[in-house]
Amino acid sequence: MDHRKAGLLDSEYEIICRELGREPNEAELRIFGVMWSEHCSYKSSKPLLGLFPKEGPAVLKGVGENAGVVDAGDGWGLAFKVESHNHPSAVEPYQGAATGVGGIIRDILAMGARPMASLDGLFFGNPDSRKTIFLSNGIVKGVGGYGNCVGVPTVGGKTFYDARYEDNPLLNAFCMGLVNAESIVSSQTAEPGNLVVLLGSKTGRDGIGGAAFASVELGEDTKASRPQVQIGDPFVEKLLIEACLEALENSLVTSMQDMGAAGITSSASEIAAKSGVGMILDLDKVPLREADMSAWEIALSESQERMLLIVLPEKLELVLSLGEKWDLDCAVIGKTVEGDRFILEKGGSVAVDLPASLIGGGCPEIRWPAITPANLANRQTFELENEILPSDLAESLLKLIGSPSLREKTWITRQYDSMVQVNTIQGPGAPLSLVRIKENGNIAAITMEALPWACQLDPFRGGYETMARSLRPLWVAGARHLGMTNCLNFPSPENPEQFWEFSEAVKGLAECCVDLGCPVVSGNVSLYNESAGLSILPTPLVCSVGLISSGESPLLPGNWKEGDILYLVGMDNAAIPASHFQVTCMGMLKGLPVPPSPEMERDFKERAILTAGKNVADSAIPILGGGLGIALCKEAISSGLGAEIQLGTPTLPAVSLFGEGGARALYAVPSVKAFEFLRIWKGFPVRQVGNVRGESLRLPRSTPLPIETLLKAWRGV
Amino acid sequence: MKAAVVIFPGSNCDRDVIHALEAVSCIPTQAVWHKETSLPQDTGLVVLPGGFSYGDYLRCGAMAARSPIVPAVREHASRGGLVLGICNGFQVLTETGLLPGALLANISLEFICSNCLLKVERTDTPFTSAFKKGQIVQFPIAHHEGLFFLPENELEELEANGQVVFRYASADGSAGQQYSPNGALNGIAGIVNKGGNVLGLMPHPERASERILGSSDGLGIWNSIKEWLEGRSK
Repeated sequence: MDHRKAGLLDSEYEIICRELGREPNEAELRIFGVMWSEHCSYKSSKPLLGLFPKEGPAVLKGVGENAGVVDAGDGWGLAFKVESHNHPSAVEPYQGAATGVGGIIRDILAMGARPMASLDGLFFGNPDSRKTIFLSNGIVKGVGGYGNCVGVPTVGGKTFYDARYEDNPLLNAFCMGLVNAESIVSSQTAEPGNLVVLLGSKTGRDGIGGAAFASVELGEDTKASRPQVQIGDPFVEKLLIEACLEALENSLVTSMQDMGAAGITSSASEIAAKSGVGMILDLDKVPLREADMSAWEIALSESQERMLLIVLPEKLELVLSLGEKWDLDCAVIGKTVEGDRFILEKGGSVAVDLPASLIGGGCPEIRWPAITPANLANRQTFELENEILPSDLAESLLKLIGSPSLREKTWITRQYDSMVQVNTIQGPGAPLSLVRIKENGNIAAITMEALPWACQLDPFRGGYETMARSLRPLWVAGARHLGMTNCLNFPSPENPEQFWEFSEAVKGLAECCVDLGCPVVSGNVSLYNESAGLSILPTPLVCSVGLISSGESPLLPGNWKEGDILYLVGMDNAAIPASHFQVTCMGMLKGLPVPPSPEMERDFKERAILTAGKNVADSAIPILGGGLGIALCKEAISSGLGAEIQLGTPTLPAVSLFGEGGARALYAVPSVKAFEFLRIWKGFPVRQVGNVRGESLRLPRSTPLPIETLLKAWRGV
Repeated sequence: MKAAVVIFPGSNCDRDVIHALEAVSCIPTQAVWHKETSLPQDTGLVVLPGGFSYGDYLRCGAMAARSPIVPAVREHASRGGLVLGICNGFQVLTETGLLPGALLANISLEFICSNCLLKVERTDTPFTSAFKKGQIVQFPIAHHEGLFFLPENELEELEANGQVVFRYASADGSAGQQYSPNGALNGIAGIVNKGGNVLGLMPHPERASERILGSSDGLGIWNSIKEWLEGRSK
């Protein structure tokens, strides 16, 4: 077999031969092909990922494990991570999405945590195309089908439409779990003389080479890639979760690893390399779904719902009986030894013999050239004075709230069980999700954010704003952020202009994290999201996690009271470029998004948290997609009350109402508390924009919009 | 007397029910693995929780209805003990024959997770004594197979016997099929057996048992049960 066919560069093959002192055999070559693929090795993104701050007072376990863990108080930790399953979802939407959910849940489980909440990020093409309807229905059913059965609530997410996702929809799956801080599982704790146990489903031919398939552009005939998509079984996953947690509770395992990309090879070699031990596995001991599988097929199969356990010999009996209790296959497939050899045996002979550290850690980084896109200046050219803005504010608002990305998503969220585990305080459809932690009474707050349009116009500013926007809802609700995880979805890095966008976006994210003190605890990179010349928009997606202490109540949206004063806090410099208004109502995407303003963000953070803590507002909503206009709409709809709005700003009404970006929020404050509210915000831009009154939203010089009319436009009926 | 919550492989609301019984309602509760063949001593209430027993890969609840623990549950019911089946547990009860009817796929053919309003039709059962007759309560549903079905003549008999305990309703108190989120006949959300000691319902009272979760109407069920259990213990 030729190394190029295995997906290796000539230079990479040379390194392998030099390190081994020989040519690899076919099985070994295939292992390198998968393990040194972009998906497993992060070879194109590693230098950039180094920009992320990874330390912080709340970080219990950072980057390098299956998921990061942050301090949730009282000896508890929150393990969380977001991961893509884009390519599989494009090819086989139901199973692609389902196994995406299953995979991230096992990452959380591998930390020793009980998975307690999921979110999904969905990016689709033209909402009316047959392809998008097919893909979105399948992906949504896959997320629900898996999550509902496995008993992990899907408590939120993000849905975004743009024609550039037509052939390459994105599915980013986030999961968070709760772990006793003292029993966090590490992949670095195996010692020579331990047993290697495979628990869960039998191994079959499904998903072989999935990681390699995810590391190239999608072919025109996606059907041909179907065998590389895995099939999920959420029922077995549920048994696996309970069995693994029971094993951990009884201290039966020394280390544990989920099997995702590259199956047994990646999970086993990772434990070996990180723990500094060798490993000898007998592939004949692996329970198989079909006979006659070759060594490399077993080694690289991505069959789902399997965990690799490292067990002390004296604990084996108990582990086996646990497998029996939960009706799961459980087999000893090998042992750990002194040294660094990763040996796979089959039929009594050695099929693979490699240094463990070379498999996962040997792949050289690639520094792709980056070039500023030739059309960047054109993208960023936008003069507000030269544009004729749509003048009817009410009409624009109705158009916006009914637009694909902003309209009601109940058709999606009602297919997800968002309440199982009885912790969901704030479920889907809100600016953030809130999940109570029964064990200590604290509340975990989670956001998911992505701003592909802003990243397209200025990836640095877009990246920065994405990160800041993921934090603001936490602060407004009264939560302090603990950390973030990200999924970097981009097209091929081999195109220098695309690599420039990728680099700039990561720099923007990283700078915001440094400025605002938010550590990056885990993440995932998905490149090559393009096909037949159509690339996705640069789509860095961020999930931030924060905490509200027990005894404090979150400040939520949707609670306007008649007579409340509406205050807009934040600057008036929101931008039309990259806004939903520009794309939906003006039919263009041009200009520059708002520049970063770290001092404003920090100032906003402290005041917002104080506002929530002092209980001076009835309702609060951060200004997100669609600007102030959409924030007003959503508050009016969910409160069932109208408002009279006076903008009275120095800028154009459309800019005040629909501009986006910067630290801003809308508060509804009872008049008796206005004094205290204003004292908190003294020295920060704050302006009264109206009062809660009646049953219509009355914008200046516009037709009044009854709640019923807003609701109909939002629901698209 | 205490509560026993049966855990089938694939149950995923077992911990939620235990939380509602034990932490919220202070009812002593024990988990029972489905491979057991007897219930703990002094069991007054058996709960079959929601979830996807055996993945719902066959008909929902059909496999669980043949679990080793089921004969003991059947015997417990025949002696007048309380049995509560929620969601998948309701499906299991219909599959065991402890309750009549079947739960078919929702009329939309989609999974539905949503808050629902229910009318309490009976308050003379051990599960509903703490409610007021005709009270409107809010419990969430989360299921793919929740369309309660019975052939017409049996449905009439069920109604004539007054076995319908919860019906999907509107805020103004009217109830019936037009309020079924899932197409359930006659708006039926929960029924009891003729003896009134076995209740099955699709909505989840355990998800509506704390104000922080949006509704505490479910407490009515636990308080009713608690009173009944304490009455029996004396």
